[in-house]
Amino acid sequence: CSTSPLTFPTSGVVEKPWTSYNARLVLEDGSIWPAKSFGAPGTRIAELVFNTSLTGYQEILTDPSYAGQFVLMTNPQIGNTGVNPDDEESGQCFLTGLVIRNLSISTSNWRCTKTLADYLTERDIMGVYDLDTRAITRRLREDGSLIGVLSTEQSKTDDELLQMSRSWDIVGIDLISDVSCKSPYEWVDKTNAEWDFNTNSRDGKSYKVIAYDFGIKQNILRRLSSYGCQITVVPSTFPAAEALKMNPDGILFSNGPGDPSAVPYAVETVKELLGKVPVYGICMGHQLLGQALGGKTFKMKFGHHGGNHPVRNNRTGQVEISAQNHNYAVDPASLPGGVEVTHVNLNDGSCAGLSFPEMNVMSLQYHPEASPGPHDSDNAFREFIELMKRSKQSS
Amino acid sequence: LNRKSSLTHVLKPVSELADTTTKPFSPEIVGKRTDLKKIMILGAGPIVIGQACEFDYSGTQACKALREEGYEVILINSNPATIMTDPETANRTYIAPMTPELVEQVIEKERPDALLPTMGGQTALNLAVALAESGALEKYGVELIGAKLGAIKKAEDRELFKDAMKNIGLKTPPSGIGTTLDECFDIAEKIGEFPLIIRPAFTLGGTGGGIAYNKEEFESICKSGLAASATSQVLVEKSLLGWKEYELEVMRDLADNVVIICSIENIDPMGVHTGDSITVAPAQTLTDREYQRLRDYSIAIIREIGVECGGSNVQFAVNPVDGEVMIIEMNPRVSRSSALASKATGFPIAKMAAKLSVGYTLDQIPNDITRKTPASFEPSIDYVVTKIPRFAFEKFPGSQPLLTTQMKSVGESMALGRTFQESFQKALRSLECGFSGWGCAKIKELDWDWDQLKYSLRVPNPDRIHAIYAAMKKGMKIDEIYELSMVDKWFLTQLKELVDVEQYLMSGTLSEITKEDLYEVKKRGFSDKQIAFATKTTEEEVRTKRISLGVVPSYKRVDTCAAEFEAHTPYMYSSYDVECESAPNNKKKVLILGGGPNRIGQGIEFDYCCCHTSFALQDAGYETIMLNSNPETVSTDYDTSDRLYFEPLTIEDVLNVIDLEKPDGIIVQFGGQTPLKLALPIKHYLDKHMPMSLSGAGPVRIWGTSPDSIDAAEDRERFNAILDELKIEQPKGGIAKSEADALAIAKEVGYPVVVRPSYVLGGRAMEIVYDDSRLITYLENAVQVDPERPVLVDKYLSDAIEIDVDTLTDSYGNVVIGGIMEHIEQAGVHSGDSACMLPTQTIPASCLQTIRTWTTKLAKKLNVCGLMNCQYAITTSGDVFLLEANPRASRTVPFVSKAIGHPLAKYAALVMSGKSLKDLNFEKEVIPKHVSVKEAVFPFEKFQGCDVILGPEMRSTGEVMSISSEFSSAFAMAQIAAGQKLPLSGTVFLSLNDMTKPHLEKIAVSFLELGFKIVATSGTAHFLELKGIPVERVLKLHEGRPHAADMVANGQIHLMLITSSGDALDQKDGRQLRQMALAYKVPVITTVAGALATAEGIKSLKSSAIKMTALQDFFEVKNVSSLLV
Repeated sequence: CSTSPLTFPTSGVVEKPWTSYNARLVLEDGSIWPAKSFGAPGTRIAELVFNTSLTGYQEILTDPSYAGQFVLMTNPQIGNTGVNPDDEESGQCFLTGLVIRNLSISTSNWRCTKTLADYLTERDIMGVYDLDTRAITRRLREDGSLIGVLSTEQSKTDDELLQMSRSWDIVGIDLISDVSCKSPYEWVDKTNAEWDFNTNSRDGKSYKVIAYDFGIKQNILRRLSSYGCQITVVPSTFPAAEALKMNPDGILFSNGPGDPSAVPYAVETVKELLGKVPVYGICMGHQLLGQALGGKTFKMKFGHHGGNHPVRNNRTGQVEISAQNHNYAVDPASLPGGVEVTHVNLNDGSCAGLSFPEMNVMSLQYHPEASPGPHDSDNAFREFIELMKRSKQSS
Repeated sequence: LNRKSSLTHVLKPVSELADTTTKPFSPEIVGKRTDLKKIMILGAGPIVIGQACEFDYSGTQACKALREEGYEVILINSNPATIMTDPETANRTYIAPMTPELVEQVIEKERPDALLPTMGGQTALNLAVALAESGALEKYGVELIGAKLGAIKKAEDRELFKDAMKNIGLKTPPSGIGTTLDECFDIAEKIGEFPLIIRPAFTLGGTGGGIAYNKEEFESICKSGLAASATSQVLVEKSLLGWKEYELEVMRDLADNVVIICSIENIDPMGVHTGDSITVAPAQTLTDREYQRLRDYSIAIIREIGVECGGSNVQFAVNPVDGEVMIIEMNPRVSRSSALASKATGFPIAKMAAKLSVGYTLDQIPNDITRKTPASFEPSIDYVVTKIPRFAFEKFPGSQPLLTTQMKSVGESMALGRTFQESFQKALRSLECGFSGWGCAKIKELDWDWDQLKYSLRVPNPDRIHAIYAAMKKGMKIDEIYELSMVDKWFLTQLKELVDVEQYLMSGTLSEITKEDLYEVKKRGFSDKQIAFATKTTEEEVRTKRISLGVVPSYKRVDTCAAEFEAHTPYMYSSYDVECESAPNNKKKVLILGGGPNRIGQGIEFDYCCCHTSFALQDAGYETIMLNSNPETVSTDYDTSDRLYFEPLTIEDVLNVIDLEKPDGIIVQFGGQTPLKLALPIKHYLDKHMPMSLSGAGPVRIWGTSPDSIDAAEDRERFNAILDELKIEQPKGGIAKSEADALAIAKEVGYPVVVRPSYVLGGRAMEIVYDDSRLITYLENAVQVDPERPVLVDKYLSDAIEIDVDTLTDSYGNVVIGGIMEHIEQAGVHSGDSACMLPTQTIPASCLQTIRTWTTKLAKKLNVCGLMNCQYAITTSGDVFLLEANPRASRTVPFVSKAIGHPLAKYAALVMSGKSLKDLNFEKEVIPKHVSVKEAVFPFEKFQGCDVILGPEMRSTGEVMSISSEFSSAFAMAQIAAGQKLPLSGTVFLSLNDMTKPHLEKIAVSFLELGFKIVATSGTAHFLELKGIPVERVLKLHEGRPHAADMVANGQIHLMLITSSGDALDQKDGRQLRQMALAYKVPVITTVAGALATAEGIKSLKSSAIKMTALQDFFEVKNVSSLLV
């Protein structure tokens, strides 16, 4: 991982220190954004969302929840620290493409092993840069998330690409089955000691947890493991009865891409498990729990994607700065009595966390595992441990 | 801001959910405190290096925020050139010295319920500690809010801080605390290797600290560090030279919510004070994990130190090889970095800190910019911010232009861009140091050999960034530059690309360049002037070509949230991108050009004037638009003006905004020399293109005195003609275009003469010379003289009294004198460095009459509209000479305004908008009954090796003011405020040169009468003995020991008066003695008038106690808006 300084010839014609526009982003609203390509070439369609995190592009690239989406980073300088083997959130990149203002011309970081461009090329992910990402963000803010097409193919007309973007929709598509693991496996890695930030609150006891993989971020597993959980990760279609047979202390429903209403089978699984063991939902898992409890989910205008959202933990009164990534939310008004909204997003008042003590249910709409993002909500993992402990004691 | 409505707004969505969910805050834990009524705020005092106008910005925000909440605010700040000391900012304003005793006096009188000590920098924090420890706060029942004593001590005391970090498992560099030189050496031995860093406790800007590479340096820095520390305590620390340096700005509220406002990465690695480093926000070379680790540490630190609410900043060092993190320090208060972070993100840290100090929690305060979201969030920014410091080493000959852990910069510029390159180049051209960006210019470093370049890369200095350019240009590889400078390769690669772009530009022609390529160049921050250099064309040609291709900047908004929410504050920066968000409107509007980065000679006073212009014109119904590049200022606060452009003050950037906004008026009079220099080019542009204002009120115009009149006052030949016509006398002199010219003029007018380059600010390179040989030396060394750059040679009026006059003229030709100030130091000392008083005390009425008549005549002749400042000299024989006239706001405007109780800058702005002085009810010179004294404050202690003698070159960084019924007590108060520890008894050392010897007897007698003993060296002593005045003789430094310096070191001398003969011996002997005095903090007076005034001051201090009086008790507060009805 090193700098690759451009050298200029001492005589003759000096080359331009930049490349030409060779790609387009076409949005369903008819806007066309000339861009420059890096990563994979081709033509691809996805929903465009923006993310306001200043750091953590590698974690975002490997977060399975972005399946079916182009992610636009509002931080204009991307790629500065390259990529490294430690900061992966899953085994591959699930998003469809990365849209940025500036692609770093070099990398600088002691952990860096590869440039962002090489990494995307290897993983066949499209990237474009040199477009007015702020203008596009403003558009998404006003109009809501938009479907777009990224293309490096000069042969395709703007109109063709526009038609393409208008012929596709992300609502109602099951994106989870593509990103979930295919068979159960055991997870053992803890957060590496160098990076662990919260080592005071462990009780040394061990809990057996089943994690439903709807597109799980590995840091959820690392955090659970750090808190003493022995985890079995199971596919999204794993039958509830099988899970119960394994006699877990608790079940985690993970984050995942897309629309919770597109995966009724998952809602059914959650329903079957409710009340039987303590359960903990994160993001998609939270939405599935919402539905399973009888509530409704709805698509937000442009969702929450970033690392700076204030959430009030109603139980402590504290504000937690949170990592968020969701386009759907649970409508708390639709939830039955007894369900408590434990966390509120202070930017828009939306529901950011639920609890249903009667059934040992807790869930968060955002990402306590951070990665990327702040660690303010890490305590939620301890609460899950407490929940399992209480449940064990009472049974 | 209406708290109630905003609160409901923020909480509304939550309350909708209330039936199922919300557990609201219990008001007994948090929420606005109702038990407090009166809150005292301490300002930062005069502008010094390390503590500049950022504390006016924070203090003003705090005053406004607390008053909005209904609290009564009592303010103490000795610095008159601040918005916070405007009589309407606080309820009770004390422009007075800030010693613990005098502050206690105010506490006794005003009986505040609480003291907020975190807004006035180190000065306020140290004062608060003193007041708490002396028991004064307890005695009067004053609660410290924002930061408690324990937290302040834990953060500021080096040992307590290290222990605290250890407690929470964080690493600090290996180090030890020394309170004596021996202890320091022991620690050094334990650490084992040089270089070592010496950091004194409880000082600002690292005063007295530094980096020692060997034993000798170590000894000398430890000595000065121990002397500088309020607690005689220094930290000797292993150097982390070359580690990456980061800062995080943290806020915490009383409910223990903590947010990070901004991360900052220093381009200059560890070893350079962060105030002297080029810094970038947000951090560029950290992954999320690494950043979050620093975030976790910051939160742990603010909790462990116990800063219960408000802002703090934490500094980290990160090893570039393995990421190891060390904690360097934390400031438990708002700081220069927090001002920068506020401007960089749009999150007003000081305002929030003030609200948190009275009990609000972050989620109860709305984000001003989005209005819909709460302040309990972390700003996300979608641009890059670069800050570059500005230095003034050239003003302190003898000092080494090297950067260490002791801050030496006097100002800074900030710029925003969508790329690092764009913001960096904009910041560099904002600096106004003659660079139009980075590279694309013939810079001196290009002529250096490799040894020089390598030295400049290795040893941090103000021009290192240019050495990097030269090295790249000459083909040095990035790896090698990195090895030498340890500047992160990410930044070096970015810079290298700029060299490549320059190379590309140079290989082509301007006419061939395509729109797409020009965009690429502009996106990288290149100015038209740089492009002109590379393509061998002119800036105007580039502009024409650029506009013909449609390559114009788009303005983006700073919104704290990376466009996630709508922004309601038009705070803008330019970039070369697709969408422009400026959305100019067609209201009546005025563009105000600010003063750019602070420098000696152009500082906060001008920003004060710009702010007042904005306030007055807003009151008069105009939309005001501010353009400035200085992040420390009130003018760049997004709520000072209706619209803010954070842009470089270059002709290109200013014309871009004019083209876009098409204002009715442009104001160039208030920002000092910076906008004034732009006046003529703007005028040419307006004449040529005749843009019409968007309001429909006709063409865009420059308001106030015409650029032509400004030029007439600055152009020596034109000005001479005018003075001849008006029969106004000026010292004999002439314009020399060669050395021969200069000698001839000097011969004709007779020595001594004042020589200076034409068109200078702050007396740059001005000198008084006494003979031919010195004149020749000056012309050979100090300046170049040729027909392009003439030198002015004028008769120096020995022993003359200097007078400053600020005057106001309306567009109907009415002239009113704002104030006539008598200088205490004689003419020849730069007016900015001289103490002065208003009204005058010793000037005969006839002379004052002449001055009034001439000033009025001149103002009318020049068709001044607005302010004009004139400087006069009155010789011992009573003859009056005009020295200088500047048809613009001057440094003294805030002082005069506060002395006479009329806001002159506001009046000037209104006059420019067409009001008459009659409309403003200001038709007669005000001569107050009380006496106001202004005293200058100098940064000598930061520049080891420079001489403290005052001269025509301005070197003060700030000023203080005092008001009293008597001159003597006002002067004494001003001295105390300026940090001079005037002794009431003891020994005075006198050493007068031959020119000032005639005054010796009078001075000696006045000190004898006060009970002082007199010590003098041979010449002075002999003279006194002849007069029969008792004097003790002491040896000069070259005569053997014990000598005068020994006496200083032994604490046997308490006050010194030294007038320099300027000869070779004085350069060695006298200079060394003065430096000793500086090191041992013995007050040194270098002028006769200063000595006499000091004697009077001491007399006053001995006879009566200082009485603290609020500004509001001297006169009624003028409400400008009421004049406009």
